[in-house]
Amino acid sequence: MSTNKTSEQPLIEVRNLKQYFNINAGFFKSIPLKAVDDISFTIREGETLGLVGESGCGKTTAGRTILHLYKPTAGEIIYRGKSIKTAKDIEEFRKKATMVFQDPYSSLDPRMTVADIIGEPLDVHHMYKSEQERRDKILELMEHVGLNSEHAARYAHEFSGGQRQRVGIARSLAVDPDFIVCDEPVSALDVSIQAQVINMFDELQSKMGLTYLFIAHDLLVVRHISDRIAVMYLGRMVELADAADIYERPLHPYSKALISAVPVPDPKVARANKRIALSGEIPSPLNAPSGCPFHTRCPYAQPRCAESMPEFKEVEKGRFVACHRTEEINS
Amino acid sequence: MALLEVKDLHTSFFTDAGEVRAVNGVSFTLERGKILGIVGESGSGKSVTAYSIMQILAAAGKIVSGSIKLDGQELVGAGEKVMKEVRGNRISIIFQDPMTSLNPTYTIGQQLMEAIHLHTDRDKQQSWDRAVEMLRLVNVNDPEKRMKQYPHELSGGMRQRVMIAMALACEPDILIADEPTTALDVTIQAGILELMKDIQSKIGMAIIMITHDLGVVAQLCDEVIVMYAGGICEQGTADEIFYNPCHEYTKGLLRSIPTADDSGDRLEPISGTPIDLLNMPKGCPFAPRCDNAMKICMREHCEKMTINENHSAACWMNVRKAVKGE
Repeated sequence: MSTNKTSEQPLIEVRNLKQYFNINAGFFKSIPLKAVDDISFTIREGETLGLVGESGCGKTTAGRTILHLYKPTAGEIIYRGKSIKTAKDIEEFRKKATMVFQDPYSSLDPRMTVADIIGEPLDVHHMYKSEQERRDKILELMEHVGLNSEHAARYAHEFSGGQRQRVGIARSLAVDPDFIVCDEPVSALDVSIQAQVINMFDELQSKMGLTYLFIAHDLLVVRHISDRIAVMYLGRMVELADAADIYERPLHPYSKALISAVPVPDPKVARANKRIALSGEIPSPLNAPSGCPFHTRCPYAQPRCAESMPEFKEVEKGRFVACHRTEEINS
Repeated sequence: MALLEVKDLHTSFFTDAGEVRAVNGVSFTLERGKILGIVGESGSGKSVTAYSIMQILAAAGKIVSGSIKLDGQELVGAGEKVMKEVRGNRISIIFQDPMTSLNPTYTIGQQLMEAIHLHTDRDKQQSWDRAVEMLRLVNVNDPEKRMKQYPHELSGGMRQRVMIAMALACEPDILIADEPTTALDVTIQAGILELMKDIQSKIGMAIIMITHDLGVVAQLCDEVIVMYAGGICEQGTADEIFYNPCHEYTKGLLRSIPTADDSGDRLEPISGTPIDLLNMPKGCPFAPRCDNAMKICMREHCEKMTINENHSAACWMNVRKAVKGE
């Protein structure tokens, strides 16, 4: 949701973030799986940055690494001008940065009541002085997300998917964060419920001044909720721009193909749409192509694309693209 | 004569908690060479409708009443022998999850050839050739090599192509696709949808496309059925449904999804939660969530009303329209 309050001061700055997982490849041998490979971007206070890409592109890993749920292989995460490094930094950071998970079924403990699920972050961070304060805080959170106070003593299985997701969101709000990583928060929900939850994210943002990193694969949803959108492919960021710009006029060949493939809920538009077909399949991140990771499927690829990785550079104000041929193919 | 004619189909699941009326009086016809989309949310009965046609319901499920005619032949109560002939040969189905619909312990080739061998009188070599030909038809590269591979060696999109190849191997008249692209990425999804449309125009079979994604429907379907709580709210051509929706539920659905020219305005969600099938309201099943519900909506179920020759809807709002002479 576009908010006018979006300020220029970055809340989160990600610098050259890398996350490699070691994969066993035989006796005492391991090879790195480059899930996130050298990405840099900033998120301004009060904005929503959408992160899109296909399965396996590293968008979820990026979100989790930013929250230090995984220890980054390299790179820096800077929160309000301060680099997060020590264990103490991380603990402090986690009071300010939380996460909403995709699956509202497996991300809630079936043996805990809703009140305990929402209250757990408060327990972990010792954020209340009396039982009464804890209870009041939980009820306030439940009200924020549109849950009835009488639901507090119930268990997760008694709720529908949409309500469970509300519980997950209330939990993420418990510590009074200002940054939330939303990892596919609506993709498990029915269409009619999706809109309710998306609107709630909007409302909470304008009420509490929250900043979101919104990870999703549904491009229409991401476009609706985001101020800016970043596109990832095979662990790399290939384009970052304003939501409307990237949708109307994508510059990177991969973004072009991705956006042309979105099924538009309008028969006349859908019939007129020309899809840019991609040949082949996404290569395994264990065996990523040399140079630009997209060159094996790119309709514009040239020999130099296989040789060197294009720089992720600003081609227009606030618009970043990683492609050797940005100017040539878009003129 | 219509290729497939479903009339007043009722399918229920008999559970410990009571009878769940998953499909509640569904009627439609499908002509040869058409693509029919069935949209609805989880629990709306769209998949159960398809499984009833194939008669592959879970043990607790049963067709209570109604008729399903394929080329004039009644399938309800026809018996397993007839259905074995129908399944695969006349009507075939592909499922949502290509990971679990293939047997991990057999090669792609063995599984394809089994389907061909069962339904035609081809020998082993001919079955092999036919399988390779089918893989080529669904744009699987290097089909001879794929024949010897196991499902885990293929990507999700490839597996779904194999499923389509298998479903089409015996040239069925109807292909039922139950959310065939939901588990796939958008670029792969676009490829599969194009492939289905392409093959459909080549072979000329009819397709029943079951999905919750209105974008997929817009792209692929000639006709659309919108289902809610086991019944049909609205049916008509794709253009009629998208540009002239006449049921409050369809209108709500279309309002609640972000569109291509999104302005960032608030979405208009449908309030409430999906219905509990064990505890159906008396009148229109959508009435408790409907912003425009009238007294009659709570009291009486609305029968299907004709909007025009290509369009019908079961919503009392259209009566008011008629009364007002709009």
